[in-house]
Amino acid sequence: MLLNQFLILSAVLFSIGVYGVLARRNGVLVLMSIELILNAVNINLVAFGAFRASVSGEVFALFVIAVAAAEVGVGLAMVLLLYRNRRSIDLTLIDQLRG
Amino acid sequence: MSALAALADMDRLTSGEALVAQNVAFAVMAITMVAAALRMVTTRNVVHAALYLVVVLSGVAGIFILLGAEFVGVTQVMVYIGAIVVLFLFGIMLTKGSFGDDDGVSGERRLMAGLVGLLVFGVMTAALVDSFADAELARSAPSTTAEVADSIFSAYIVPFEAVSVLLLAALIGAIVVARRD
Repeated sequence: MLLNQFLILSAVLFSIGVYGVLARRNGVLVLMSIELILNAVNINLVAFGAFRASVSGEVFALFVIAVAAAEVGVGLAMVLLLYRNRRSIDLTLIDQLRG
Repeated sequence: MSALAALADMDRLTSGEALVAQNVAFAVMAITMVAAALRMVTTRNVVHAALYLVVVLSGVAGIFILLGAEFVGVTQVMVYIGAIVVLFLFGIMLTKGSFGDDDGVSGERRLMAGLVGLLVFGVMTAALVDSFADAELARSAPSTTAEVADSIFSAYIVPFEAVSVLLLAALIGAIVVARRD
């Protein structure tokens, strides 16, 4: 197998995640797109680990999974707080800090 | 028993046949993942988006196993599909009714996001093709869980402890932020 087929698959998923973060207005969907980006990064880490015949890539992928779990917990708590205060999770309405 | 016998037969596959099987598996998973990811970011229904995310995450677990990273693949299934997607579904249901769909989103916003996504993809693909034109993955044995554990608890012990503290902080932070008082 070529290394590049994994890296390019990861690039496709990363770009789709970037599109989701920028285009969607629903807070939960933006968090899901961030998960897509983190998974693309994990594919890269594991593919390079296999390429270099080293387990370091897998260890870093495990760390990224743990950090993603923490991020989802805090992110969803913030979305729930937003819903409780504003009765909406439309991110385009959250613009009070706009200059 | 018959499954075990089939596995033993797999070992006797010549290298070329195994490579074809790996490439076919990769192609099936890659096409499924990209289609599900595209549906995830474009579908109107938020619950459907979470279920498409399950398809993508399962595909990523399959890619990990294809790369010989069995422990990461199993962890991916347990943590992502078992825990994080359930958390997303709870989040969707607790905020349901507030948001029907993205009907009001302007076409310009989608167009700009699509342009940025295409630009990111183009730059990354050009750099990758330029750097790793025909680098082959070494055909080696899958890494065992013991190797991964040895690496975590020797070379990476400090980041491991830092991740433990981070998870604790995130847990307490999520409770404090979401607490109703």
